[in-house]
Amino acid sequence: MDRAFRLIGRRVLGAIPVLAIVVAGTFLLLELAPGDAVDAYVVSTGGDAAMISGLREAWGLDQSAAARFGLYLTRLAHGDLGWSISFSRPVLDVIMERLPRTLLLMGSATALSFALGSLLGIVAGARPESLRDRSLSIVSLALYAMPSFWLGLVLSVVFAVNLRWFPLSGFETIASGSTGLERGLDIVRHLALPVVSLGLVYMALYMRVMRAAMAEIWREDFVRALIARGFGHARIVRHVARNALLPLVTMLGVQAAVMLGGSVVIESVFAVPGLGRLTQEAVAQRDTPLLLGIILISAVFVIAVNLLVDLLYVWLDPRIGSSGETL
Amino acid sequence: MKLISTTRRQLLEGAALATIAGFATRRAHAQDAPRRLIVAADSEPRNLNPAMVASNGVFFVSSKIVEPLAEASYDGQNGLAPRLALSWSGSDDGLSATFKLRGGVTWHDGKPFTSADVAFSAMQIWKPLQNLGRIVFKDLESVETPDETTAIFRFSKPTPFQLVRNALPALTSVVPKHIYENGDIAENPANAAPIGTGPFKFGEHKPGEYYRLVRNENYWQKDQPKLDEILYRVLPDRAAAANAIEADEIQLAAFSAVPLADLDRISKIEGIAVVTTGYEALTYQLIVEINHRRKELADLKVRRAIAHAIDRDYVVRTIFLGHATASTGPVPRNDTQFYTSDVPSYPYDVARANALLDEAGYRRDTNGRRFSLRLLPAPYFNETKQFGDYLRQALAEIGIDAQLVSNDAAAHQKAVYTDHDFDLAIAPPVFRGDPAISTTILVRSGTPDGVPFSNQGGYVNSELDNLIDRAAVTLDEQARIALYQEFQRKVVDDLPFINVVEWTFITVSRWSVKNVSNNPRWAVSNWADTSVQT
Repeated sequence: MDRAFRLIGRRVLGAIPVLAIVVAGTFLLLELAPGDAVDAYVVSTGGDAAMISGLREAWGLDQSAAARFGLYLTRLAHGDLGWSISFSRPVLDVIMERLPRTLLLMGSATALSFALGSLLGIVAGARPESLRDRSLSIVSLALYAMPSFWLGLVLSVVFAVNLRWFPLSGFETIASGSTGLERGLDIVRHLALPVVSLGLVYMALYMRVMRAAMAEIWREDFVRALIARGFGHARIVRHVARNALLPLVTMLGVQAAVMLGGSVVIESVFAVPGLGRLTQEAVAQRDTPLLLGIILISAVFVIAVNLLVDLLYVWLDPRIGSSGETL
Repeated sequence: MKLISTTRRQLLEGAALATIAGFATRRAHAQDAPRRLIVAADSEPRNLNPAMVASNGVFFVSSKIVEPLAEASYDGQNGLAPRLALSWSGSDDGLSATFKLRGGVTWHDGKPFTSADVAFSAMQIWKPLQNLGRIVFKDLESVETPDETTAIFRFSKPTPFQLVRNALPALTSVVPKHIYENGDIAENPANAAPIGTGPFKFGEHKPGEYYRLVRNENYWQKDQPKLDEILYRVLPDRAAAANAIEADEIQLAAFSAVPLADLDRISKIEGIAVVTTGYEALTYQLIVEINHRRKELADLKVRRAIAHAIDRDYVVRTIFLGHATASTGPVPRNDTQFYTSDVPSYPYDVARANALLDEAGYRRDTNGRRFSLRLLPAPYFNETKQFGDYLRQALAEIGIDAQLVSNDAAAHQKAVYTDHDFDLAIAPPVFRGDPAISTTILVRSGTPDGVPFSNQGGYVNSELDNLIDRAAVTLDEQARIALYQEFQRKVVDDLPFINVVEWTFITVSRWSVKNVSNNPRWAVSNWADTSVQT
């Protein structure tokens, strides 16, 4: 327990400079991008010079970048993520409206890909180089080579447009007024295709890692010892699989950030109003406070997931980090 | 233990029952379902007040809530139909315009609509704040309201009534004085949740998901609206709109939300109609903007060579798949008031273009190149981007090496209209029924930096400036038309920019939607008579 607390403490302290770099880097990148929030606004509205300079003044864009960044940091120190220019609302409110949808999408896709990927990895890795292993490898390679947006488009044409088994897009039936279980089922129906599109590609990845780790472990001494002692195949596979699971857990942390990126694309394909689409809108609108807020919260999320993965790792394999220094 | 054990069959049966129950509930809902129209929306404007922001993106939603004085019409006098105004007339000296307003109209919050609202909207919003109203109403001095249904506009300088009349549909949305008179107009919450007199009331906006408009039970036209609800479903991806209408998740996609490439396929599907009318008063023009600060482009021969190098028919056929018309000049053909075909022309002629460039002294080097320039296509439409690819090839044919620079909307706005960091740009300006609204700004000299869709190429032609200024105060309609026809000739002769094609949009709707496209601004009109057959 002590080890876990020490780990958490170290990670929280370590996260502060990481977050500072993330915030400064994002701000700098947006400053370097040509055009500001007023440019993005007048594209859709038109306007004359007086209106344009009035807006720039009203939105504080007439101040220097350093002054705006300073102001942002001061607010951030007070726990205020700022005001979204394009939504005219507090950044935190806008993000909190969208975040649960993305977490649900990512969480379901991760669960699907991890569960199915490790299971198929075990099936393939139980008998390396067998026909079953080779066929699964080919399927996984094909899936992994597929861009998730393409898979999403194909699935939506087949299952939503042609067969009409699932809704085409959105997070739930709009303005349906449904609540409770009915609403829950509605969300499940809406998320089915995006989760599968996002999850299948990562499933292939988990499966390949699992299979490779198992193939590796088959050659270890303890497996030979088990065989020599006359253990049944199924029992040996269980031992091999348990040991092969560790790299998968590591990948779970790494994939959190990648999947957040993947969900941007999938949310766009399936018109899911989540954090991914919000990011797109924030960039297009040059809404600096909103984008900074999204990046900051995403960074916190990725750091938290990695911390959880490390804790899980410690729990799964007590040898790791027992001296307290390596993690 | 026995109680909670479940076999696979039981599970499947349970799932099946749940599904059937789900369908049954949905069917039960369908019987008392509201008459609801679900429409695709590709953007969510930050400000929905059409009195402040006259743009099609804003009108698309807000025109059902907030009404103008008059609307465009196929058969009305001067192409107009009454809305909040019943009649309108201008004085001979151009110093006043009188509007007789509709009586018995109420705002969505129950307060009566009166001439005071028109006076407030005109003086406090259209003239000082509205992007296009600042041009048309710049000399508006006051609005008198002798009674509740009369508004008399007084101008400090003669203002052509023809211009005021042409501006009625797009520029005269009336908002309630009692909502806006206190506090900062730009920050008023009603800008995001408008209150109007229209057939629909603002319901709710769920960002990223939908806008919901609900029936106004007290609409002045007693048998309207025919719908209970309009839902604008936010679908930023155009391919998604095509699929959504095919899957019957939406019933209507306006403004060519369905990509042109999908139209042929989708038009063959039972139950789906492709409608090509209803946008005549919203013609978009595809133009090549020119930076006249660049030495080569300041040479008329070079501009003419570029005009000759563009095969407009090819552009119509391949980029617009036939849904466009080759342009002749800065006024589109479908404008029956001002258009003239009596202008110089630049037929597609590569040999002539090459000869002109040789004459101008820009001979090909050993690599066959004459000079290089930066070409910035506006990113707003697929077609503007595709035309960028085409223009690059067309220019290569005549030895001009064009480097394509692709930006997103904000970066394009800054590069072209603020920094003038371009040589050629491709823009899609809108023609709004009168050259004084949004067309003359493309050539008028002295436009300050940063103004979008304006003359940011640094073109200066005092003759054209003079013509624009004269037309702005010419009261006689025929004389004003003659001036604008002269304007067209001069623009096409001197090519401050090059008109390529003009296009209107396509609406795709389910057959169940009735009264689609029955006026020339249908997509941005009030849809009071639109219905859905269930």
